[in-house]
Amino acid sequence: MKYSPHTDKDKKEMLAAIGASSAESLFEAIPEGLRAGKLDLPEGISELELKKSIHDKADKNYSTNKLISFLGGGAYEHHIPQVVESIISRGEFLTAYTPYQAEASQGTLQAIYEYQSLICELTGMDVANASMYDGASALAEAVLLAVRETGRKRVIFPESLHPEYRQVVRTYMSGYKVEFTEIPHAGGVYDEAVLKKEVDGDTACVIVQNPNFFGCIEHADRIESICHAKGALLIASVNPISLGVLRSPGEYNADIAVGEGQPLGIPLCYGGPYLGFFAVKEKHMRRMPGRVAGVTKDMDGKRGFVLTMQAREQHIRREKATSNICSNEGLMALAACVYLSSVGREGIKETARQNVMKSHYMKEKILKLSGFELFSDAPFFNEFVVRCGKDPEKIIGDLLKHGIMGGLPLGRFYPGMKNCMSICVTETKSKAEMDKFAEVLSKH
Amino acid sequence: MADTGKLLFTKTHEWLRIEGNVGYVGISDHAQKEITDVVFVELPKIGREVAKEGEAAVVESVKAAFSIYAPVSGKIVKANGAVEKDPSIVNKSPYDDGWFFAIEMKDAKEADTLMSFKDYEEFIKSGAH
Amino acid sequence: MLKVEKLIFEIGSAGRKGYSLPKLDVPDADMKELIPEDLLRKSEAALPEVSELDCVRHFTRLSQLNYSVDTNFYPLGSCTMKYNPKINEKMASLPQFADLHPYQPESSVQGMLELLYETEQMLCKICGMDAFTLQPAAGAHGELTGMLIVRAYHTSKGNPRKKVIIPDSAHGTNPASAALCGYEVVAVKSDRNGRIDLDALKAVVDGETAVMMLTNPSTLGLFEKNVRQIADIVHKAGALLYLDGANMNALVGIARPGDMGFDICHVNLHKSFSTPHGGGGPGSGPVGVTAALSDYLPVPRVKIKRNRFILDAESKKSVGRVRAFYGNTGVIIKAYCYMKSLGGDGLKDATIEAVLNANYLKARLKGHYALAVDDEPCMHEFVLTGKDKKDFGVKTLDIAKRLLDYGFYAPTIYFPLIVEEAIMIEPTETESKDTLDSFVETMIKVANEARSEPGLLTSAPHSTPVRRLDEVLAARELNLRWKRPGA
Repeated sequence: MKYSPHTDKDKKEMLAAIGASSAESLFEAIPEGLRAGKLDLPEGISELELKKSIHDKADKNYSTNKLISFLGGGAYEHHIPQVVESIISRGEFLTAYTPYQAEASQGTLQAIYEYQSLICELTGMDVANASMYDGASALAEAVLLAVRETGRKRVIFPESLHPEYRQVVRTYMSGYKVEFTEIPHAGGVYDEAVLKKEVDGDTACVIVQNPNFFGCIEHADRIESICHAKGALLIASVNPISLGVLRSPGEYNADIAVGEGQPLGIPLCYGGPYLGFFAVKEKHMRRMPGRVAGVTKDMDGKRGFVLTMQAREQHIRREKATSNICSNEGLMALAACVYLSSVGREGIKETARQNVMKSHYMKEKILKLSGFELFSDAPFFNEFVVRCGKDPEKIIGDLLKHGIMGGLPLGRFYPGMKNCMSICVTETKSKAEMDKFAEVLSKH
Repeated sequence: MADTGKLLFTKTHEWLRIEGNVGYVGISDHAQKEITDVVFVELPKIGREVAKEGEAAVVESVKAAFSIYAPVSGKIVKANGAVEKDPSIVNKSPYDDGWFFAIEMKDAKEADTLMSFKDYEEFIKSGAH
Repeated sequence: MLKVEKLIFEIGSAGRKGYSLPKLDVPDADMKELIPEDLLRKSEAALPEVSELDCVRHFTRLSQLNYSVDTNFYPLGSCTMKYNPKINEKMASLPQFADLHPYQPESSVQGMLELLYETEQMLCKICGMDAFTLQPAAGAHGELTGMLIVRAYHTSKGNPRKKVIIPDSAHGTNPASAALCGYEVVAVKSDRNGRIDLDALKAVVDGETAVMMLTNPSTLGLFEKNVRQIADIVHKAGALLYLDGANMNALVGIARPGDMGFDICHVNLHKSFSTPHGGGGPGSGPVGVTAALSDYLPVPRVKIKRNRFILDAESKKSVGRVRAFYGNTGVIIKAYCYMKSLGGDGLKDATIEAVLNANYLKARLKGHYALAVDDEPCMHEFVLTGKDKKDFGVKTLDIAKRLLDYGFYAPTIYFPLIVEEAIMIEPTETESKDTLDSFVETMIKVANEARSEPGLLTSAPHSTPVRRLDEVLAARELNLRWKRPGA
């Protein structure tokens, strides 16, 4: 298959207009010694052949579409209303570029503005940007903001912060002289006594993840007082669906709220593309990374939208920019925008409520089984950790044979938790599916 | 219109107006025209020490950002909140209401290297900037 | 003319719903009994309250306010707005890909891992590199990954070094990525054709130089003929050479960065490899390296162990993780489909035709607009300057806005920064001669209008959903979100 439309006649006429003997001659600037030989890849194939070969690969996967999944750990299976896919697959959104020519990009720009507004409403923050790559990189950029703003050197986060997020933050900050302090958990949540001892006048920020990687809900308001008492910034990394019931970062006075937006209408898709959301209190907005859309007027006084506050960005500020981000996750932000519009004010609450009720039902079922006990009695949202009598890696292998995926063995992230696995239940699971899961587990 | 005769200029288009041991700083009319519509000014914090020719503030247009350098060394003692609130003042009144900040000067002699308004105008005309 | 589309918050009505969930089939409880009240939300989020149809109409109308590749020619230089094949969208959305959880056991995602592995291999062959990571989510993310590799490499030699050399014609992401990684940026001047001045380069390269970031073809659309000499100068100082290969549309199948002496390169799947831009993303910015640097790539890496594909997170030298999970796999699948569909020869033909298209446009426009560089064959794009139009009181911005009136998206303008009133045009290979001809005629018409009726340009656009927007007002009176009435 080829997508270039030229006929031989076209090519001949074009070469004549250029005054070139052949298309190959246009490459004369590339020295002979640097020309590659034949590209060693198989011949092209037709659409039909492509379909067959891709289906062959796809069929080697077992998806959550066929299996009953209890996997969470930062990526969550939620119901995605059909409208989301229908809207984001429209070519006018899908095949547009970053809205540099605002007058020809009002659809994208207004959608970004609405997305920013929805994220602000959900998180209780003042200003949001147009998106970051994912939850982990959004958190890393939040840390960067805090370090630059405060001029301080210490970054404090809990052991219960998503292990991959911790790695990403460290990786991003490897060019900076920053000291990381990891606070242990006490019963699944921040050990506040240790935290209090550690936060000092050189602390740039304290990170709280809510719910944390163990599924537990942190006492963010208490962490906030400890953090702000020393003038450090509070960064909250939150699950957006949980904000249908849980206290919002704005309500506990976080300075920056970030998170993984995947639960908002974005397919699991083996880890990406996802959506990092990023929102701040107004006083930090000039240091925010990424694009921002704002309202303005056209020559006739009509409302319109443009990208604004651009002098923070790399295309203008170059090495002094607040971030290097250029392409973001625009289409995924649109998905979140349509999702939040579709489920709306009631739907976000009901979805969150169902997550709580179903996960608590599951917890009660599992607690009745012998060989399983709860890792923590802290309150949780849709995910909790159990200690197992057997190696969880073996348990999940067996579950897979029964068409069940999960939970997530935690030994691979925490060497001290080899007998633990986390179990996630969202609104997508029925009572019958949970009962089946418990039944298979009961045989362990 | 300000009395430009009292102002001293840098090659980077800042002006300095000395009142006792305090120097007020802004940008030239030529600079504000080059920048076009000023949309944001980031001022230094009061109490900050700045070095001569060190970056002290930032002024932004829609498509660009420019550093404002301190014409002399010293401590920032005032910042003009009015230009933060309404950056268009920088365009409308670069030599009066549009001042950025004031420095308590460490060494008044540092100002000796600056240009008079007349010399600055010559400098602009020469195209050496 | 279309009316103003209301905000989603301005339509609908209290209590209206547009979603459905199964009835709760487990016991309901008082929320406060499960989660203490002081952890619960106090005030509701004021999300929209619309029906499904309200929602569909709103966003469909918004979509109609956009120009896109599917609807308009989009000659945006350096962005490679080629056609995004529909079959690739369908393949990426198959449930056996789209519904895979990133923490599924490897045994249940063998097809996915195989596809990722093969994509890495194809990119290695195209770029002449020894290893690739597909993790970076975008080009700038790839640059950051590259800079982290540079830092890790030099650190392992005892000194991370201090400086990154970047031509003044480079994209803003280059210096921003270097700075994000803690490096000092040293700009090196280009000659009048946007090529590196070797003497200027020699003068700045020293023992503290960590890497030079180079864009080839340069942002002026010309191939850097001296790339081997540049590589020698940089390598002699013990530094590395990095290719900003965001745009490979003039190189795929023709010349390989590895052969030119590059140690690291990133490519943008959302440019040369046809995945859609989505109004700003998602992209994907894979990074390739030579064998000597492969241990520094981010974890995890896709490997084969006992005839099975695995995700290997064990690497002591690795820079670490640059994101959670593996990568933008939904984007990678589309690029894989593209490479498979075109095959080796097809990819090369696409490159040749992209260059043919660019040269055709250049040949036909050069009598009407000044070229920014000498008249030699360009690569996949070329740069004009609108500075002579200033005599009529018309700026490049006005030309761009006038093009919108004729149904063309505008070229990239005011970039590269070293060209006054720059107009950067990249047609890509998927545009037909008919489209190019009609674009040329329009550009000529606009050039004539600039002379005869400049007011038409300075007040353009006239036929878009909104007329020229006031960016100064937007920046001075920031309104970045809707607020509920009374808030």
